Amino acid sequence: MVKVVHHIKGRKYLYEHYRVGDKVKCDYIGPVGDRSYATKSTFAPHVSPHKIETELVFQKQLAPTFDLTKLRDMLEKVEELELENVDMIAGELEFVLPAVSAVKRVAVERAEYRDLDFEIPLADFPGQIGEVELGATKANGGTRKNVIKVGGEKTMPFYHFEARNPHKPVIAYDVFDTKINLAGPVRKHFEDVLEDPAEWAKRCVKKYDADMVTIHLISTDPAIKGTSAREAAKTVEDILQAVKVPIIIGGSGNPDKDPEVLEKAAEVAEGERCIINSASMNLDYKRVAKACLDHGHVVLSWTQLDINDQKTLNKHLLELGIKREDMIMDPTTAALGYGLEYSFSIMERIRLAALKGDKDLQMPISSGTTNAWGAREAWMKTPEWGDREKRGPLWEAVTALTLCLAGSDLFMMMNPTAVQLFEDTVESLCGFREVEPLDVKDWIGMR
Amino acid sequence: MVKKIGPLDIYNYLPKTNCGECGEKTCMAFASQLIERAVKLEDCPTLMKPNFAGMYRHLEEMLAPSVKEVVIGVGDSAIKIGGEEVIFRHELTYFNQTAIALDVHDEMKDDELLERVKYVNDFRFKRIGEDLTLDLIAIRSTSNDPERFAQCVSKVSDEAKKPLVLCSWSPSVLEAGLQIVGDQRPLIYAATKDTWEEVGRLAVKYSCPVAAFADDDMAELKSVANALGSMGIEDIVLDPGSHVEGKYFSNTLGNFVASRRAAILNKDVGYPLLGIPATVWLSEEGVETAFKEVMIAATMIDKYADLIILHTPEIWALLPIITLRQNVYTDPRKPVAVDAGLRRFGDPDENSPVLMTTNFALTYYTVASDLESAGIDCYLLVIDTDGLGVQSSVAGGQLDAFKAKEAIKKSGIEDKLKHRKIIIPGFSARISGDLEMQSGWEVLVGPRDSSSIGEFIEKKWS
Repeated sequence: MVKVVHHIKGRKYLYEHYRVGDKVKCDYIGPVGDRSYATKSTFAPHVSPHKIETELVFQKQLAPTFDLTKLRDMLEKVEELELENVDMIAGELEFVLPAVSAVKRVAVERAEYRDLDFEIPLADFPGQIGEVELGATKANGGTRKNVIKVGGEKTMPFYHFEARNPHKPVIAYDVFDTKINLAGPVRKHFEDVLEDPAEWAKRCVKKYDADMVTIHLISTDPAIKGTSAREAAKTVEDILQAVKVPIIIGGSGNPDKDPEVLEKAAEVAEGERCIINSASMNLDYKRVAKACLDHGHVVLSWTQLDINDQKTLNKHLLELGIKREDMIMDPTTAALGYGLEYSFSIMERIRLAALKGDKDLQMPISSGTTNAWGAREAWMKTPEWGDREKRGPLWEAVTALTLCLAGSDLFMMMNPTAVQLFEDTVESLCGFREVEPLDVKDWIGMR
Repeated sequence: MVKKIGPLDIYNYLPKTNCGECGEKTCMAFASQLIERAVKLEDCPTLMKPNFAGMYRHLEEMLAPSVKEVVIGVGDSAIKIGGEEVIFRHELTYFNQTAIALDVHDEMKDDELLERVKYVNDFRFKRIGEDLTLDLIAIRSTSNDPERFAQCVSKVSDEAKKPLVLCSWSPSVLEAGLQIVGDQRPLIYAATKDTWEEVGRLAVKYSCPVAAFADDDMAELKSVANALGSMGIEDIVLDPGSHVEGKYFSNTLGNFVASRRAAILNKDVGYPLLGIPATVWLSEEGVETAFKEVMIAATMIDKYADLIILHTPEIWALLPIITLRQNVYTDPRKPVAVDAGLRRFGDPDENSPVLMTTNFALTYYTVASDLESAGIDCYLLVIDTDGLGVQSSVAGGQLDAFKAKEAIKKSGIEDKLKHRKIIIPGFSARISGDLEMQSGWEVLVGPRDSSSIGEFIEKKWS
C-alpha cells in the first residue's frame, strides 16, 4: 500500500493506493486532521490524478530501471509522500517539495502582527516604443517654434515603480476647414471662428494653449463641398502661417480623394514634420506613404479595432521605407459608452505586444478622442442627465484618460474644459504636480 | 511566479465519464469552461455525490480566484467584489464590477441624511438593457462619538436598501455601529497597524468583512492584512491609501497596480482593492472638485479598484463613471456583432417604414431599444459591417451603397412592401446618392442619433 498525502493550499488530503491483481486501487481517505471526512470511500482508479504517480511507484517496484527523473517530475506537485511496504532502491532520488507557506501555518495558530516584506512583481519588458519627433524648427528645415516628442515607453503608462516613461501624452485640438455641426458645449468656444480655420487654429493655440493642432480637410469630400486638393493645400499653408505649433493634416475620409489631397498638403508643408492622417487599408496608402517620405512627414497608420490589421498595415508601411520613428498608429477610438472597451483592450494588447518585443507594433498610439462627442450622453440636452456643459466635457475627458491608461500617446480633442481636466490628471499621474501631501486618514472626518 | 492552472489540471479531478449531464460534451470541455468560469462545479451531478466530496473540495480550492471574492451585505442587495483572475481584461474577463458607494456622515442633518440614502436606493440608469445603480452607503463618523454614530447608523439602516460601509478609525465607534447592523454584513473600515487586533476582533465577532489600511506602504498593508488573517479572518479588503493630490496620485495608482500584479502573479495578498476618490474633497470644493473626482474614479475603475467611495451625488458626474464601469466590465468574450438580416419591430405591414443599421452589437441594441421605446411598427435591416458601427464602417468601406443594395435584395423585404423607401443612419449620409442610383429606392437620411428616430418618422414618413 502507498499512502500519499497531498498538500493543497495548506490542507492535507490522504489517499491510499493498493494493488489488486494488475490494477491499482485508490482510496480517498479524507483531509488529514479533519474527522468529518474520515469515512472511507472507494474510487475507480481512473478518477484519481494520483494514479499516475501510484503507477509509477508500482512500476518502479516491478521494473527497477524506471526513469527516476521522470518520477521526480511527476511527484513535483506532491508535498509529502508516505510510502509503506515499498522497497525503494534509489540513491539519487531527490524530492523537490515546495515549502508550505510559513505564514499560513502561523496563521491558524495564533493572532500576531509581523512586519512582512512586499515584493512588486516587475514585468521587465524587453521592448521599447519608438520615439517620434513632431514638428521641425528652423534648425531642421521647418518653421515650427518647437518640437514635440512622443513615445519611447519602456512600460505601461505611469508605472513609475518599473520605469519612467520619457514623454507626457500630447493633445492636439481639432480644426475643420469648413463649418460643421458641433455639439453645443464644443461649439460655444469656437462659434465665431467656425468659418475661418486659421483663426480657429489661433484660438486653440493662443487661448487654450494647444500643444498641436489638427486641420481636417473634410470639405474636399465631393459629398460635402468637393474642395480641390490645391485649394485644400492653401488652407494648410494658412494654418502653418497662423500657428507655430506642430500640426496634423487630416483628409476627409473619402478613400478616393484623400491620397491626392494629402499628397498636395504634404508637398506644401514640406520639411515641417507634420503627421499625415492617414494611411489606411481602404485607400492607396502607398501614395500617402510616398508623400510622407518625399516631404519629410510622419505617417499615421489607421486601422479599425483590429490588432492584426494594425500589424499588417504597419508592416507594409515599414516595407515601403517608412522608419519606425516616422510612424504613429491609430487603432480607432470608440466613445465612452459606445465600445470604449474595444479601443481600451486593443490598445492594451498593442502596447503589451510592443513592450514584449513585437517590432511591428512599437509605434506611439494616437486616439481620435473627439469621437466621444458622438455619444448622446455627451451632447444631448436631457435634464435628468444633468447639465451637459459639465457632462459633455467629462465624457471626452474620461474617454481620453481611459485610453491614456491603455497606452495612447497622442489625443485629438475638442473641448477646452475636457482638455484642461485631462491634462491636469495626466500631469499628476506623470508625477509632475508638486503639492503638499495630505493625511488621507482625515477623509473620514470631512464635514 | 505561480504557475497558472490549466484545463488538464482540473480534468484530473473530474469524473472523466464524459456523461454529458453538465451540458458539455466531455469532461475536458467542462474543465475548460470551469477555468473560464462559464460553468460551476455544481453543474456536474457526479461531482456532487458524497463519494466525490474530496475531489469537489480539491477543485474548489484549485479554482478559487486569485483575488478573493468578498461579499458585503446580505440578501438581494448584497454586493460581491473581487474574485478577479487576470490583470488585463483581454486575458479572460473581469468578473465583479467595481462597486460604488456614496458617503454620508453622522453629523448630517436628518433630512439631508435621509435624502442621500433615498437617492442611493433609487438611483437607476438604464443603458443597453442593463440597470446601472449605486451599490453601497458609506457612513463616516465625523463626530467620533460612539453614541452619535450608532444613532446615525440606525437611521440609515432603517431607510437603506443597500449594504453599508462603517467608517471610523476608532474601534469603539465601529463597535457602536456594529451593535446596530452587525448582522447585515457591513464592511468595517478600517483596521490599521495600531488597531488590527481590536478591529479584527469585531470582524470575527460579527462575521463581517473588514478593510485593512496603510498609508502608501504596501509592506505595512500586507502585514495588517496578514495579521487579520492570523485571526482567521478571510474577508479582507485592501485600502492602500487614496492619495489623489498632485504627484502623489501616481503612487496610489502604482500601489493599485502592484497589489493586483502580486495577487495574480505571486498569489500574494490576494484581496479586493478599495479606492476613495472622495478624498479629493479634503483640500478643495466646488464644481472643479467634482470634475476631478470623476477623473480619479475613472482611473481607479480602469486600474483595479473593486470598490470606490464617492462624495459627489451629481448625476452629470455619476453618469460617466457608471458608464465607464459598464464598459470595462463588459465580457470581452461576448461577440461584437449581432446576426445581419431583417428584423421586425412591433407589427409592421406593407406600408411600414424600413430602417437600416449596422450589425455592431452596441449600435444594434441602441437602435433596437430606441425603436421599442418609441413604439414604432417597422422593419430594421441589419447590415453585416464586420461588427463596426455606422461612422467607422462608412469610413472604412464596410458599409457602402453596393453592400446596402445587396442587403436590401437579399432580405426579401421587397416582397413585403408596397413602397420602396428606406431610412439610413445620419452618419451614412455619404452613401445616400449612390444607394438611390444603385437600388432604385428612395433614400431618406435619418438622424445621426437614433434617440430622435420616433420624431423623425412622425415628421418625414408618409
